[in-house]
Amino acid sequence: MTRRWTFWRRDRDADAPHGLSCREFVELVTDYLEGALSAADRDRFEAHLAHCDHCTAYIEQLRLTIRVTGEIPPEAMSDEMERELLAAFRDWKAGGV
Amino acid sequence: MPPPPDADDEGLVRRARAGDEAAFATLVRRYSPSLVRLARMYVATDALAEDVVQETWLGVLRGLERFEGRSSFRTWLFRILVNRAKTRGVREHRTVPFASLGGAGAEDDDEPSVDPTRFAENGAWASPPRRWEDDPELALESAEARRITEEAIAQLPERQRIVITLRDLEGLSSDEVRNALDLSETNQRVLLHRARTKVRQALEDWIDG
Repeated sequence: MTRRWTFWRRDRDADAPHGLSCREFVELVTDYLEGALSAADRDRFEAHLAHCDHCTAYIEQLRLTIRVTGEIPPEAMSDEMERELLAAFRDWKAGGV
Repeated sequence: MPPPPDADDEGLVRRARAGDEAAFATLVRRYSPSLVRLARMYVATDALAEDVVQETWLGVLRGLERFEGRSSFRTWLFRILVNRAKTRGVREHRTVPFASLGGAGAEDDDEPSVDPTRFAENGAWASPPRRWEDDPELALESAEARRITEEAIAQLPERQRIVITLRDLEGLSSDEVRNALDLSETNQRVLLHRARTKVRQALEDWIDG
């Protein structure tokens, strides 16, 4: 596939009545990942994705972003807090909370 | 016998209700760090956040007998936390997100997910994103990547920060987040979208910068 042809195809699709431009695509990514697109919109989205390397890279970046975000651990709880919570449990058990 | 560290929530709740301290301790260790992190988004100091988490667990103990498992334990838990944190946030004169129903709010006005100058007039990429997964130098696994991500999240508007924290840091489902925050499906999605796209942008700036 030549570079020129790639550009031509993408431009034509962006202008096509049932097409989806890259600019529109990026706004729909979360709706797509959340399964919130209508069947028709999902088809248009996937048709765009299937032939657009740049939007493929974009959605992959978002997937990696979600993965990195999921790897941020919260800070550990203090020992003092844990002791207090377990003391509260014993109070509760004794009928005191 | 103490429960295994990966015992499921519902079993631990049953055991705790029957007075098993080790089961309660497992739940406390499993969720308190996440609860503190979330509470910190509503109140001004770490100490206040810890107070809110203490109150949350007391609320759990008081409600344990009545908890029927209609929602998951963690949805119930996060919901108690958010209510306590909001009350505390009001007392501390902080603005409170999610207090009002309705629209997604001013902070969520239509803003493009990607800098508009990166598209040509017809809407195609003019300055396209790179393929991160092809880059052997790319250290998305690094502590630095996590730091950049954390920093980007810290700079998000409050509601976006809370939603991305529950969804992508804590791994709650969209239903769980909607139940914990009393958000509509659409608002949840809009806030999540804004948050994720800004974090992506921060990572891209770091990788390409």
